[in-house]
Amino acid sequence: MSMEEMIDKYFRPGRLPHIWCPGCGNGIVTGCIVKAIAKLNLEKNDVAVISGIGCSSRASGYLDFNTVHSAHGRAIPIATGVKLAEPKLNVIVVTGDGDATAIGGNHLIHAARRNIDMTVVLYNNNIYGMTGGQYSPLTPEHAKATTAPYGTVERSFDIAELAKAAGATFVARGTTFHAPLLADLITKGIEHKGFSLIEAITGCPISFGRQNKIGGPAEMIQWQRDHALPLAAFDKLSAEQKSGKFPIGILYQNNDCKEYTEAYDELIVAAQGGK
Amino acid sequence: MSKILLLQGNQAVVEGAIAAGVRFFGGYPITPSTEVAEALAEKLPRLGGKFIQMEDEIASMGAIIGAALAGKKVMTATSGPGFSLKQELIGYACAAEIPLVIVNVQRVGPSTGQPTSPSQGDVMQARWGTHGDHWLIALTPASVPECFDLTLRAYALSEKYRTPVILLMDEIIGHMREKIELPESYDEIPQAERKQPDCSPEDFLAYATDDSLVPAMPAFGSGYRYHVTGLIHDETGFPKGTPAATLAATNRQYNKIHNNLDDIVEVDYYQMTDAEYAIVAYGGAARAAYDAVDCARAEGIKVGLVRPITIWPFAEKQMQNLASKLKHILVHELNCGQYVLEVERAVAGKVPVTLFAKYDNEPATPSEVLAEMKKAFK
Repeated sequence: MSMEEMIDKYFRPGRLPHIWCPGCGNGIVTGCIVKAIAKLNLEKNDVAVISGIGCSSRASGYLDFNTVHSAHGRAIPIATGVKLAEPKLNVIVVTGDGDATAIGGNHLIHAARRNIDMTVVLYNNNIYGMTGGQYSPLTPEHAKATTAPYGTVERSFDIAELAKAAGATFVARGTTFHAPLLADLITKGIEHKGFSLIEAITGCPISFGRQNKIGGPAEMIQWQRDHALPLAAFDKLSAEQKSGKFPIGILYQNNDCKEYTEAYDELIVAAQGGK
Repeated sequence: MSKILLLQGNQAVVEGAIAAGVRFFGGYPITPSTEVAEALAEKLPRLGGKFIQMEDEIASMGAIIGAALAGKKVMTATSGPGFSLKQELIGYACAAEIPLVIVNVQRVGPSTGQPTSPSQGDVMQARWGTHGDHWLIALTPASVPECFDLTLRAYALSEKYRTPVILLMDEIIGHMREKIELPESYDEIPQAERKQPDCSPEDFLAYATDDSLVPAMPAFGSGYRYHVTGLIHDETGFPKGTPAATLAATNRQYNKIHNNLDDIVEVDYYQMTDAEYAIVAYGGAARAAYDAVDCARAEGIKVGLVRPITIWPFAEKQMQNLASKLKHILVHELNCGQYVLEVERAVAGKVPVTLFAKYDNEPATPSEVLAEMKKAFK
């Protein structure tokens, strides 16, 4: 399917152009979600896209599915209600680093622990973009933000490791430079029966790049190219060589863990006196 | 066919929920409402329904919003501190017009307060707890049978008007055991229906309305795809930031409730036909007031009880009518004086209003209420 056909089929007529700044990577990530849905040929009526609040969370309004633009940090609990009430739906959560890992951090780890079948696409631009550049739990240590004018002294989460430790059964990371890989990771995340987290590294030239003198959109994408390594290559590096680099690809997958709504259906059968 | 049971108020809420067709509950443990969650955890799976204990009160509100969008009748239950946490998404549910029921079994606050003691300190929180101008419905039962009836009514109203409904209980009513007569089977109980679109999915506008001002709400997965947002939106459901759109959205949400006050606002009157005085009391506090009215009548005081069943929207017209007929109104509530502010506003000085506030962990006895009546009505 061509990009034009994908736009016609999966984007809502009249809702574009989007509100994102020129050079923002969010459009690339959203495009990757749509490519994944197109590749899997999911029935549009059976897809629910639920977002929180922030730049990335505006994506839900552009997409022609059952969509919720919810409250800050609350996409995952609302998605949990949708999925548990109607397990036939493919539930995709669109969220950002502030939304998912600060105000919504508790929800993220508990949804991972439950292993409820949803695909969380976490647009990580390392900053609160919508409010103009404050530091998030994924802002790198020492990076500058409007609320960290001397550089933040807080350590950042490795959100992939956190999700894995919390019980997520599919964890992956991609970037907007590696867009075909990112689309493929989202595809696999949707296919995975259980809680999937895909961290999508995306550039915010206006609110992060400028403050941290990384440059414009092109330089930020080049930064992704220069610092990301496929997991296998990353693993071969010494601890010293790993410094400043990050692995991309499928970082963790466990197919042996029971998915929550399936486990619940079994509970219902048992409660009703069945086996 | 019916059955006679001895039930707690919280258990009667559970029976009402099952009878109303609730098949999804999201909750978090908190005294004195936990029995609601415990009983539904046991009963819902047997009916093919779902119970989920979420990681916090906010998440349990989120889960029921999601399940409501998927077409279910949903409930959560909590008490004061949890009710505070839920307020963020109660605002979302008002803005996005999600039908759902929140049970708040009030306890003494603020903060941890007195978790096992009765209070009616959340009356104003029920009305104004969330941010921004908004309108919702709150109902207050005063007996175990009424817990069942008002739970059914909460769903009838929440579906009809697409609004959150708060079942504002208190620890007295939640934990009190009383005789209740329930139908053997709930099959004949009328089920509140959610309005469905009468157009094709292609022509569907998520927040377009007819004269009822209430938009249709198809379930996610039904083939009607639409967008839900907490941003001010127009009839398409998509954000619109103009002054005109803001005005239209706000006015419609006000009017969908306030054009129907006769349907929504319910007040119970006891011994009011020839009354010269009235006591206004609701929920657990009304229990002693009934007895106090009987005692006062035996002593020749012509007093009656006015008991708001719908606590929000406020029974404005009913209270104004009282003003012209009575010599004095005594408001009794288990807080330092919340509902009384509305009564005073409504009667606007046309009749004296006295407050009997009780906020020491214990409900008033009938003799205490009688003594306060005599003091006020002398």
